Amino acid sequence: MEENKRTNWGLTIALILGTVVVFFPLYMAVIIAFKQPSEMTNDIAGALAFPSRWSLDNFKQAMEVTDFWHSLGNSLLITLATIGLSLLIHSIAGYVIGRGMAEKKSFRLIYLYIVSGMFVPFSILMMPLVKQTAQMGLGNRAGVIILYLVFYMPMNVLLYTGYMKNMPLALEEAANIDGASTWKTFWQIIFPMMTPMHATVAILTALGTWNDVMTPLVIMSGTGQNTLPLAQLNFQTQFGTNYNLAFASYILALIPILLFYIICQKQILNGVANGAVKG
Amino acid sequence: MKKKMTGRDKTFWAVIIPVLVLFFTFNTLPMIKGLIYSFTNYKGYGSYDYIGLRNYQDLFTDARVGKSYLFTFKYALVGTVLVNVLSLVMALGLNGRIRFKSALRGIYFVPNILGGLVIGYIFSFLFTYILPAVGSATGIGFLQNSILASEKHAWIGVLVVGVWQAVAMNTIIYISGLQTVPQDVYEASMLDGAGKWKEFWKITFPLVMPFVTINLVLSTKNLLMVFDQIMSLTKGGPAQSTESISYLIYRNGMDGGQFGFQSANAVIFFIVIVAISVFQMTVMNKKEEQL
Repeated sequence: MEENKRTNWGLTIALILGTVVVFFPLYMAVIIAFKQPSEMTNDIAGALAFPSRWSLDNFKQAMEVTDFWHSLGNSLLITLATIGLSLLIHSIAGYVIGRGMAEKKSFRLIYLYIVSGMFVPFSILMMPLVKQTAQMGLGNRAGVIILYLVFYMPMNVLLYTGYMKNMPLALEEAANIDGASTWKTFWQIIFPMMTPMHATVAILTALGTWNDVMTPLVIMSGTGQNTLPLAQLNFQTQFGTNYNLAFASYILALIPILLFYIICQKQILNGVANGAVKG
Repeated sequence: MKKKMTGRDKTFWAVIIPVLVLFFTFNTLPMIKGLIYSFTNYKGYGSYDYIGLRNYQDLFTDARVGKSYLFTFKYALVGTVLVNVLSLVMALGLNGRIRFKSALRGIYFVPNILGGLVIGYIFSFLFTYILPAVGSATGIGFLQNSILASEKHAWIGVLVVGVWQAVAMNTIIYISGLQTVPQDVYEASMLDGAGKWKEFWKITFPLVMPFVTINLVLSTKNLLMVFDQIMSLTKGGPAQSTESISYLIYRNGMDGGQFGFQSANAVIFFIVIVAISVFQMTVMNKKEEQL
């Protein structure tokens, strides 16, 4: 193998300069979030020059106006509950379908039925679901969690089922001979072995649910509860023309997911690539 | 195939039946209800009658619906091409012999993890205040007014944000595609004295073809369903020039008293999405086989 480790500096520099496209809007948002309305002149410098004073006042005010901690709590609750339940329910469903498919036609049909749900856009479900969840007393955070559990089922079942194909039957058969029940075998042997897929599923589900606006918007409207993105939408009128306050709130809404990304960057990139390629 | 394990079978059904009930209740059932509502003149409240296929006939003559399909298709088509060309170029660059590889890959993925709604608000400011300021400073005519306020150009603003976020995602997928190309294939082509351009079209591109399929299907589907960015950038305006199908269904179905009519719209939209995805996959599979 040709160990040609010459660095292509031209390309490296071009790519470094290109990150401006990513950073510029975020830089602008941070700068505006720190400024006072009086500093917002109508030229480019008004939005891009450093503020005269770095003060956290806008952030404090934004937290009060949008009830930040409450929205953050709701977002965390919904996302974490969805991930937890997805890992438990989708993994065992993927296992059962994956193993069942090899032996029975009925499970092959069940697989196709669930996976075909991937093509169903939320738009077609939205209006009936609003009525239905309201009737069932699920027009709230619990309802949103249940819906996510159903919406992510096709993708996650596909991922887990695919993963099962590469897992030898021998382990389960050995456990079976030892007298362990199927239920016990799954939780003690298979579930831990699915860890790489759990990471992919958790990450894809987390990114999808954390940033989703439409589902909580139509399902939780009227409960007075907000998720972090939903709060940005619902408080638009209160921000009015105070862009500094609005941007402080946007930055606050972006920070949690950015922190998560900085900490788990490698896993997230792997998870996304993995999920897309398998899916 | 194997000896019967009745205990195992029982457990399998005990697991899968509740899962199926859950999936049916919150996916299939609302879809069937949506289909039934599409044959009614239901406003979202009060009583309603069955009106047969009237909603479907009206869909084809409704100017607002037609406009939303035109916008959504234009947006998705131009978006898909831009996203795939840009992300393939980015992936080639990020897969090259560069320094700070993982840091750069990490940075270019950031737009994808941020929510479309908040990003839309940030870009909205950029289009409304910064670009016009640049326009006046440099004297570039068409930038001097906010593009979001222009009936003709607002869709470009929405497109920029959509592409900015989607490229991040597709680049990662193309990178994993490029990594499947074995190194010795390149070496063979170097020996043959193939140029870089030729090498890309003759070797790299055919080998990453399956990833082109994934990315085309994925980006088209996501772009067709655009909602968040519309919500924060234009709310469908000006003069409904950027009203996407999803946004129209939401706007008029939920608040506009068109529950039945927009249900019909949603049914057609669903069929369109499935048809386009299936079409893309069939065409691309044929292409993959040819290569």
